[in-house]
Amino acid sequence: MLSENKNSVGAVTPQKARFDAPLALKCGSSFAGYELAYETYGTLNAARSNAVLVCHALNASHHVAGCYADAPDNTGWWDNMIGPGKPLDTNRFFVIGVNNLGGCFGSTGPLSPNPATGKPWGADFPVVTVEDWVNAQALLADQLGIHRFAAVMGGSLGAMQALSWTIQYPERVGHALVIAGAPNLSAQNIAFNEVARQAIITDPDFHGGHYYEHNTKPTRGLRVARMVGHITYLSDDEMASKFGRLLKNGKLNYSFDVEFEIESYLRHQGNKFSDYFDANTYLRITKVLDYFDPAAAYDGNLSLALEPATAAFLVVSFTTDWRFSPERSREIVKALLDNRSAVSYAEIDAPHGHDAFLLDDVRYHRLVAAYFDRIAQELAA
Amino acid sequence: MTGSGVQRSDFAAIASWIKPDARVLDLGCADGSLLRYLTEQRGSIGYGVEIDDDRVLSCVKNGVNVIQGDIERRLGEFADASFDYVVLSQTLQAVRSSERVVREMLRVGREGIVTFPNFGYWKNRLHVMGGHMPVSDNIPFEWYDTPNIHLCTITDFEGFCSAYGVHILERIVMNNDGGTVRLLPNLLGSLAIYRFERAPSLVTT
Repeated sequence: MLSENKNSVGAVTPQKARFDAPLALKCGSSFAGYELAYETYGTLNAARSNAVLVCHALNASHHVAGCYADAPDNTGWWDNMIGPGKPLDTNRFFVIGVNNLGGCFGSTGPLSPNPATGKPWGADFPVVTVEDWVNAQALLADQLGIHRFAAVMGGSLGAMQALSWTIQYPERVGHALVIAGAPNLSAQNIAFNEVARQAIITDPDFHGGHYYEHNTKPTRGLRVARMVGHITYLSDDEMASKFGRLLKNGKLNYSFDVEFEIESYLRHQGNKFSDYFDANTYLRITKVLDYFDPAAAYDGNLSLALEPATAAFLVVSFTTDWRFSPERSREIVKALLDNRSAVSYAEIDAPHGHDAFLLDDVRYHRLVAAYFDRIAQELAA
Repeated sequence: MTGSGVQRSDFAAIASWIKPDARVLDLGCADGSLLRYLTEQRGSIGYGVEIDDDRVLSCVKNGVNVIQGDIERRLGEFADASFDYVVLSQTLQAVRSSERVVREMLRVGREGIVTFPNFGYWKNRLHVMGGHMPVSDNIPFEWYDTPNIHLCTITDFEGFCSAYGVHILERIVMNNDGGTVRLLPNLLGSLAIYRFERAPSLVTT
């Protein structure tokens, strides 16, 4: 079954890296004794120069490509982008996916035991930031013997990490692929996050974040949070063409059960998500998004914030993305132009909204493929 | 709006004007060939602006920095005087507002360089005298299917420059073989190349 998909990296095995030295966090505290779950695909070359770090967005994990031997349907979240012969070609590059600190897929997070109490961290797990994540990723790179990444790549919140890498560790990044990103969240973006958080926090099963002790979870809140989030990932046109006013059972029932297909879809997405995702992780990741603002330390001047960057950039946006619109990507491009950084920018005409960065789109994928070709040529030179 | 089969003899002429290691912005940069040429020949630090998906892809393949966008709407993102040269190579005739684009070129760049097919070239005149719009190596489009909406002659362009405060620094006129035309350029030249700056009276201090 695995061998049928020739362009897949095939069955992969997640790994864990342990860190005992305390990590200083942006919130002022520090965090000691944590693990990061990660996966790798392809082979690190002798010069250790072909590594590419792929950063995940809100709800994803270190499982970027391939599948698991015991779960062949559990395909990595960016499997259409990464694999042999794919835009990020694992025949040429050594690709790393990592679950960030505070995650719920194997890295230390709110579900993990707090050594001080023996109970899960829950609400006491610190509020982390993009900068903290990047620092932790850099320590993982150290453990793997990678001093400099050929590229750091991400979409959405992953794009923010790629951008932050170029500021925090400029000498360690050759190229940054900043896809469907933004230099910070708009008030509207923060507003949607706050609705999601309030849905979770006001769920009676939340118990101030210590719901594990009560053997329950704020499923209803997490479900609503995901439904709200999902609306922002799709474009109006995409929703119209996918669902329109289609009815689930062909007629109105004059009730509050599911009637429209879009309701059914959102409830399905919400249910699925609340099954596998941890509410405390979700709360923290929305804060990671809200706090990211590298220009804040420079009176809002993004050009100054990006001044340390020496990487070459590929910035990509999608025309119908209203969550992180093309205008937000162009702010990044403008700052890079001000700094005379090497940058290319593409605005992909795609109907799918923010989700487009995860989808198979020929114009998008051939561009990323061409960009990685160029990186491979540089490495070979 | 490059005719792909056309020999780009204007590249060498443009390169001869560009100081080493200069910052160059190429508007309507097509596949990035000119920028690549200038990078190789003159050590230029170049960026292109291009609207077309396929051409943006070609630029990335060519290893050229490219910003996807409409040169008539997106030049505001480039800071004042942020480039040494802004090039508009065989694109002037295809923009809607030629005057505004030239003004923006001189806001963003210290100098502007334009090349365009000379509509006054004798073969074009013959076409028109014969009752037809010209279709040639330089203007390779039928009238009903052309990006060229503002074709002009050398005399027209120079009239435009003097009317709009554009000070011409240098001019090269070429024939179809890439040879320089000195005699009766508006009649014998098929391609015009200009380097210009803001007229001194309009330079604000």
